[in-house]
Amino acid sequence: MKTQLTIAPILFHWSPEQKLDFYARIADEAPVDVVYLGEVICSKRTPFFEKHYDEVAERLTRGGKKVVFSTLSEVMLKRERNMVAGFCELEDYELEVNDSSALWHLEGKSYRIGSLMNVYNEDTMTYLVGKGATHFSLPSEMPGDSVAVLAARAKELGVTTEVQVFGRASLALSARCYHARAHGRIKDNCQFVCEQDPDGMPLNTVDKQEFLTVNGIQTLSQSYLNLLGDLAGMQEMGITHYRLVPHTQDMVAVANIFRNALDGTVSVEESMQDLSDLDIPAPFSNGFWHGQPGHQWIDQTPTT
Amino acid sequence: MSNLAEFKAAIGQDMTHTNPTPEISASSPHLARWMPPAPLFMLQPILRRIVKRVARENPDMFGRLGPHYKANFVIDPMNLPFVLLLRPDPDNLFLRAYRRRDLPDHDAKISGKFLDLLMLVDGDVDGDALFFARELTITGNTEAVVCLRNALDDVDGSIASDVANMFGPVGRTTLSALRRAKQRQTSN
Amino acid sequence: MNRPELVCPAGTPSAMRTAVDAGADAVYCGFQNATNARNFPGLNFTIPELEKSVAHAHAGDTKVLLAVNTFPPAGKVNLWKEAVDEGARIGVDAFIVADIGVADYIHKNHPEIRLHLSVQAAASTPEAIKFYCREFNVKRVVLPRILTVPEIKNMADEIPCEIETFIFGNHGLMVEGRCSLTNYITGLSTNMDGVCSPAADVQYIKDDAGNMTTKLGEFTIDCFSCDENAGYPTICKGRYLTPAHDGAYYAFEEPISLNLSTLLPDLMAAGVTALKIEGRQRSRAYVKSVVSAYRKAVDSIMAGGEPEISGLLALTEGQKETQGAFKSKTWR
Repeated sequence: MKTQLTIAPILFHWSPEQKLDFYARIADEAPVDVVYLGEVICSKRTPFFEKHYDEVAERLTRGGKKVVFSTLSEVMLKRERNMVAGFCELEDYELEVNDSSALWHLEGKSYRIGSLMNVYNEDTMTYLVGKGATHFSLPSEMPGDSVAVLAARAKELGVTTEVQVFGRASLALSARCYHARAHGRIKDNCQFVCEQDPDGMPLNTVDKQEFLTVNGIQTLSQSYLNLLGDLAGMQEMGITHYRLVPHTQDMVAVANIFRNALDGTVSVEESMQDLSDLDIPAPFSNGFWHGQPGHQWIDQTPTT
Repeated sequence: MSNLAEFKAAIGQDMTHTNPTPEISASSPHLARWMPPAPLFMLQPILRRIVKRVARENPDMFGRLGPHYKANFVIDPMNLPFVLLLRPDPDNLFLRAYRRRDLPDHDAKISGKFLDLLMLVDGDVDGDALFFARELTITGNTEAVVCLRNALDDVDGSIASDVANMFGPVGRTTLSALRRAKQRQTSN
Repeated sequence: MNRPELVCPAGTPSAMRTAVDAGADAVYCGFQNATNARNFPGLNFTIPELEKSVAHAHAGDTKVLLAVNTFPPAGKVNLWKEAVDEGARIGVDAFIVADIGVADYIHKNHPEIRLHLSVQAAASTPEAIKFYCREFNVKRVVLPRILTVPEIKNMADEIPCEIETFIFGNHGLMVEGRCSLTNYITGLSTNMDGVCSPAADVQYIKDDAGNMTTKLGEFTIDCFSCDENAGYPTICKGRYLTPAHDGAYYAFEEPISLNLSTLLPDLMAAGVTALKIEGRQRSRAYVKSVVSAYRKAVDSIMAGGEPEISGLLALTEGQKETQGAFKSKTWR
């Protein structure tokens, strides 16, 4: 099976126009195979884009992309529970599950497991495959040696695996909105201040070191995951899907860089240079993959 | 040397000058009353006896220290003129007093008021609570300190009482005076 | 009104004896390894320690709940299975679990032992909880600290298992079981290794003026002036800078502890089966004060009186307490 490139759900609160433009370009220009749609962070944001999903999904499908809908990662309110229940009735598209609430509804159906679900080991994977899971997007904090075990088990079970290789890594979810809090508000009267930060709100230490990124109830890394140097090893393990988290940078260019690197048509050094040329305003990191502190950059200078 | 003198030396208190409600703040004008008898060398054999006794009675506590049994801890009762250096190595136990100006090399330092430290060792006060209130300061190897804290906290009964018992009725009387003083201070 | 079970923390055998003597109905504890979410240095139980402690607890009619509530990373699952098998052999009264694979193992191999769903499983809806009940016959769920009392009441009406809620201790708003902040900074994972701000990576630096800087790894997470109360050295309790806010602020939450003493009657009326005190990392002095205070309060309510709890403030983080999410939603 040829490796597949995927576009994760947009994590940040972009305007409908921004999202429409983004998906139009992805549909027409990006060498990606799967696009995940849906709001996974904050249910308050959903009304802004709901009416566009049909049109976007259709356009992406026409562009040769497989469309998968992702469910909310944090489900608490009645409205959110209903949203999840509604998605679980979906028949035309596959579903990526980000919270165990959905598993209750999906008895007897098939589904994908999202990276915000806790699948850390082969026993959990095996169990969920028995319950209908067909694809696993793994938590970004997992080290490569554990992922290797999971990829091997997935192969035995006849399911596929996905690892995030680009973009800020999700580090925590909260019951509280930290965007609203920074602006002296609470979630209920947030006035959607998160819209001001399309790549997230920077959080720095008191001695002005860059540290974390806030996106509503989510905390992400300040650094961007970049596993370009590890793609060859990941392919050897049998990872089938490679996930790009959307940012305001040129994601078509990012997709091209990763596609070429996966295909081996462009060397790792050159791919790395191409990615650096996009002037991403944050350092790269790959520590999680190497079992080191996640923020670190472990130099992977290829030997060939 | 009498039991009384030994115990007073051990806890750094000279009973003959004791105010009925001893002040234990570092800024206290009564600080002088808390001076141990000089010279320090009189303290050393007592400290050795204390640490050996505690170790003999509680052999299991060393397991909780993990790799840190060889660490050098400075215990700094900030309102006393000396510090203690502790190395909780079961094969080579070490507890010795030093003048503050001769602070020995160490891996971690735990500073607080003497009575707070005594109660901490004794499981009578919660270390986190002291820390939250800024009554306890930790520098150096934090993990080693956490291990020591957990090791001491798993000792049933009272280390201070064990020590006081070493000095007979006088020791016990002195300890209860100290505890009453602490209680008065806490309820004020 | 049913008499609720008072569930108390035990970080060491001595703390467990203290909790049993202070009137705990149940104690919870873990082994000295990554299989539980308080895998802190010098804390927790060896196998022989647990054997002795369970015997003592049972003699005092106190149940022992074993936390096996982390997420085994692929390739290392056996350590968790061993912990479960040892717990079963020793005769613990329930396992507290978060991972689906671990829950499945217990359900299949030790079906006679009760399963409690850990707060680390982050099951916050009736559907999520019903999933675990359906799949693994879970008998009790430990609810995250983010629901109001009326929400807990609704939950009790919708789910087929018992409810355990936190009533005192750490007040966290980060969804437990879904936080890799520690791993991002230290390389050790809360989910897989059971650590949160490992002490080996924590450094306190005091300046001459008495200000204290707290560092985790190479990052400064807070700086306390000499007269300020302190909190735990965790990322979520630190102060940071952001352009939208004037000066350093508690971006996530302030150092504060949960204290629900005055809400106890409401929680009991809402159908809560078990009241949980947080703090396996705390000393036996803490266990003694908090457990005794809540023992008295629960007994007094059962006898038709008022809960009266004072004097616990000194034990709280930042020396401040809150009723948190249990009272209203304005904290969000």
